[in-house]
Formats: sequence, C-alpha cells, structure tokens
Amino acid sequence: MADLSIDIRALVKRHGATLAVDHVSLQIRRGEFFSLLGPSGAGKTSLLRMLAGFETPDAGDILIDGQSMAGVPPNRRPVNLVFQSYALFPHMPVAENVAFGLEMKRVPRNEIAERVGSTLELVRLSDKRDRLPGQLSGGEQQRVALARALVNRPAVVLLDEPLAALDQQLRQQMQTELKTIQAQVGLTFVCVTHHQEEALALSDRLAVMQQGRVMQVGRPEDLYERPENLFVARFVGVSNEVVGTLADVQAGEGNLLPSDVSPSRGIRLSVPAGLQSGQQVVMTVRPERIRITPGHVADAGSNCLHGVVETMRYIGSEWQGVVRIGQSVRWTIHASNTASGSRPVGVGQPVSLEWNVGDGVVIPLT
Amino acid sequence: MNPWSSSTEAAAGLCSRFREWRLLGPGLLWTTVFCLLPMVVVLAVSLATRGTYGGVLWEFSLENYRDLLHPLYGRIFGQSLLLAGMTTGICLALGFPLAYYIARLPPRRQALWLIFIMIPFWTNFLVRTYAWIFILRTEGLLNTVLMQLHLISTPLDLLYSNQAVLLGLVYGYLPFMVLPLYAAIERIDPALIEAAWDLYADRWSLFRRVLIPLTKPGIVAGCVLVFIPSLGAYLTPDLLGGARSMMVGNLIQHEYLVARDWPLGSALSIVLMFIVMSSLLWYFHAQSPQTRERGEQ
Repeated sequence: MADLSIDIRALVKRHGATLAVDHVSLQIRRGEFFSLLGPSGAGKTSLLRMLAGFETPDAGDILIDGQSMAGVPPNRRPVNLVFQSYALFPHMPVAENVAFGLEMKRVPRNEIAERVGSTLELVRLSDKRDRLPGQLSGGEQQRVALARALVNRPAVVLLDEPLAALDQQLRQQMQTELKTIQAQVGLTFVCVTHHQEEALALSDRLAVMQQGRVMQVGRPEDLYERPENLFVARFVGVSNEVVGTLADVQAGEGNLLPSDVSPSRGIRLSVPAGLQSGQQVVMTVRPERIRITPGHVADAGSNCLHGVVETMRYIGSEWQGVVRIGQSVRWTIHASNTASGSRPVGVGQPVSLEWNVGDGVVIPLT
Repeated sequence: MNPWSSSTEAAAGLCSRFREWRLLGPGLLWTTVFCLLPMVVVLAVSLATRGTYGGVLWEFSLENYRDLLHPLYGRIFGQSLLLAGMTTGICLALGFPLAYYIARLPPRRQALWLIFIMIPFWTNFLVRTYAWIFILRTEGLLNTVLMQLHLISTPLDLLYSNQAVLLGLVYGYLPFMVLPLYAAIERIDPALIEAAWDLYADRWSLFRRVLIPLTKPGIVAGCVLVFIPSLGAYLTPDLLGGARSMMVGNLIQHEYLVARDWPLGSALSIVLMFIVMSSLLWYFHAQSPQTRERGEQ
C-alpha cells in the first residue's frame, strides 16, 4: 500500500456521552482530494481535528505515510490545517504569516524567502506580501491561509470548511482555484464540508458521514448515481422516492409493487445482486432523469407515473417543479429550459413522469 | 451691508461658544479642582522655603530641588525604582501564566478564578499587610513551621528587609497585573494558538511570536498599573521594610510629617510625578502603533 497517504483504523472519539466518531476506517490515497461531507454534528470536524492532532482518539489509530500518529503532538505532525476562520496572525504581514511554519522548522533563510515567494505566486498574492491580514478581502485571506499550509509541503493539507466564509460567487471561483492548486502541488488534501455541491465539484473521492459513521465512500459520481442508503441519496442531491416490495426478480431486473403510489403499469427496475423478491425497498430517481409530459399518457415505453403539478419555478437554466404523484408522495423534477422559456406545463395540470429502468436506484429497507 | 446683522451673528457665535463651554464645564471643573489645583499647590510649595518651625515661607527658591541632588535621595529613588521594577517583573512573570491558565478555562471556572483573585480586595490593605507581618516575623507562622519541621534551628530574619517589601508589593499588586493580562489573553482567538501549534511552533515560539505581540497592550497596561503604585508605595515599605528599607513614599511622608519640611516633600512629590508621567508617556507611545493598525482596518 505504498500509495496510501492516510490510513484511519477504527477510530473512536467520544464527546461526553455521544459518540462523535464511531469506529471510522478510511483509506486516503496520496495526492488525492478527499472530502468528508456531512451535516453538522456528523463527526467530520472531530475527525479532522484528530488528524491535525488537536483531539486525541479514544480508540483506533491514524497512520500518516505509514507512521502511527498516536501520541504525536500537532507541531510534530506532517500535516497543516487551513482553519475555517483562517486564523491568520493579525500582527504579521502576509509574507511573515506564510513564512511562520518554515521558520519554526528552522529552514535556512534564503530557502524560506524562495519558498514563500513561489507559494505567494501560486496563490497570486505576490503584490500583497506586506499587507496585514486585516487589510485583505475574504478571498485573499483564504488564499493566505492556504499558502501558509502549502509552503511547508506537508504530507497532508487539511481544510476545515475552506470556502464557508465566502460569498456565493467568490466561492465558485475559489473552488476552481483550489482544485487547480491542488493538482499543481500534488499534495493530499482532506477537506471537511457540509456543502454537497462543493464536495462533488472538488473531490476525487469523498466520504459521506452521519452521526459519527461513514455512510458511503466513493467518487462523486458513485455517490450521486449509486447511493447505497437513503441518507446518501437524500444528502447528495435530490431524491425522488417510491416505497414498495420487490417482485419477479430475475437476471438483475424486477418489478416494484409500490405501497404509496399507483402507477398505470408496474415499475421495472434493475435490482442489485443480493436482493430477492419480497424485499422491502425504496426506489429513488434523480430529478433530471425524469421526463415530464402534459396529460396522462396511457401507454409509455418506460416507467411512468401520473400526477398533478403543484409548483413550477423558472430558474433560467431549467424549470424546477413539484408533482404530486400519490396521497402524500411528491417528486421534484428538473426540466431543461430548451424551448425559449416557455412554461412546459402549468400548475394544476395533469402530467406524466417517465424514466428509464436504469435510472431507478434500489435501496433496501432494513 | 447691514451693520446689525454682523453683530447679531457675532452675538450668536458668542452664544454658541458659550454653550460649548457650558457643556465642557463639569469636566473642566472636575479637572481643575481635583487634578490641576492640587498639583499647582504642590508645585508652588516645592518652590517655596521652609519656615524655621515648619510651615511654608512664600519665598521663591530652587533650593529644594538642589537639595534633592544629594546622593542620599538619589539612592532612595534608585532603590524605589529598583523595587518597583522588580515588583513589575515578578508580577509579569507570575501573572502571565496565571492569566493564560484562567483565560483558557471554561467560562464558569474562569469567573470562579477571577473572584478568587479579587476577594483580597474586600479586606483592608492595611490588615492584609499586617497579616504578612504575622507570617514573616521572627516568632511568626513561617518560622514556627520551619522550626517545628527542624528545617532550621534559629529563626530566619525575614521581616524588615527589602525582600519582605518586595514580597508585600508583589502580593499587593499582582491582581493589577493579572486582570489586564487576562482580558488581553481572553480576547485571542483560540484558533490562532492552534494555528501556531499546527505550524510546528513549540511553547516558547508560541509565547514569543504569537502571545506576546497579541497581548502587548495588556502587558503594557499591567506593567503601568503595577509599576506606578509600587513606585509610590508607602504602607508596604513602612510596615514590612521597617527602618532598613525606605522608598520614596516613605521619604515624602517623613518630610511632610516628621521633618515638617513641606517644600522638600513637595519637591520630592514633583520629581516622583515626573517619573510616573514619563512612564505613562512611554505607555501611550507603546500603545499607539497598535491603535493605528486597528484604525486602518
């Protein structure tokens, strides 16, 4: 396992009576942009702080480059943290902030000057090197914080909600920049975020966490296309669900006998290995995979549900609507705005929702 | 042009100026009565001559200040400066770790510790100084305990020395150091300390490169608050120093009440005030760069 940067083994952290991190095991590869995604209280920040050394695990171990980090204080770990609040030293100019880590490691003066210079160039702040942090904009402070970590060339760069303090537009710009910089320096990045879009856009792989547990690990497309549980399906993107029982499972396909909607025909779906007829499942479909047509289509070629449009809003690139398809079942649909802004269907109108067999993801209910 | 209008304007201007002065009135009155007037009196007396039987003869002379050039006074001033400086240094050395410790506690325990620090103020300073006499004197608490433990065979001569005065001063003024330091440290974002730690800093670097610069206003405030009253201390050296230790405060008291030489006592006071003023000016000078930085942000 030479390409392993971080090996987290059955890590446990208790905060009082609650398990903040509950037997988490993760392998993070060298040079990878890895994100820990989850709602607040998921344990991702605790995990990050244990990687940095600010919190001590109650059980388990963390290996960085094969070395156990047990008992190693933060100032002796080959990791650097980019703090959510940036935590720039307010009394030091930008260049001095960036040089701090190298000075502490007693790197020779001329090498410090050289590395600080090239890192400031990397984050495009060469002209701000003598400013104090308080004189910089939020985006610039963020880049100083990043430079202060990168300049040390640590084995792992840890980022705690790196873009949370920035406004929307700057945020997207910084996402691209962060990704580009990471590719340039080739260091392992571990990023904590609660922002799912950001995690998908930035990461090579990510772990979705909830209540101290890892719910699923994978590439962004794995998590979005093939969520393994309802939490991941709902947290990463929008999930349109139908509950039901599997029937006629054969050769990886089967029928769903829904319990809360009544389709004109049965619902066909592809069934993952290991699931049998009679199993209670939830089928989930992503909004953009659903085709919406006015009226109740009698015989569609694919899966079809009838419903009534409850809301329809226009956000420019697409229409986003909510369609009621059962007593208390509502689906969200995203229809691309391909026909010059004309409303696809009006509120209150009957519609048919169609999707392909392969787009329905089956999640077993336990 | 109407000649009346200009005079009305002038009257109106006068009126508004009068209103401004009226608003300044209370402050001016306060400053005059409680600050300026006593100082002018002391300055005037310091330039007068001592009467044969005490009292003040209003004859202008610089004789008192010339008298102060006597090496004896220089030595007492020197000793006072040394004791006050040492008190400040020791208070800083003891106060910083204490303040840091308190500032890093959870808020509820912080309040408890701050109360512990302030409780002594509820007792009269004189009484607390007498308590130190009780502890330090030859048959005192400390000597008795040490004798009982057979650590010493003859009582130590602790009281009535410069060390005893130093101890008393440090004891008395430590809270004045801890409180501003606590306020300064408590304001530091804990993430800054973690950041320094994360960037390979050891304890000493953290202290020197991050904590000291960020708490400088608190350090300066604490030093001023300890140095100035210790320099003019009178009660502590009087009770704990006895005849062997004399500070400026005791000298002034001696000149006024024992020697009945008010002009000389006043001259001493003026010189002491001058020293205090200089250290205050240094304080504001040290503060100002910080204020300027903050102003720019």
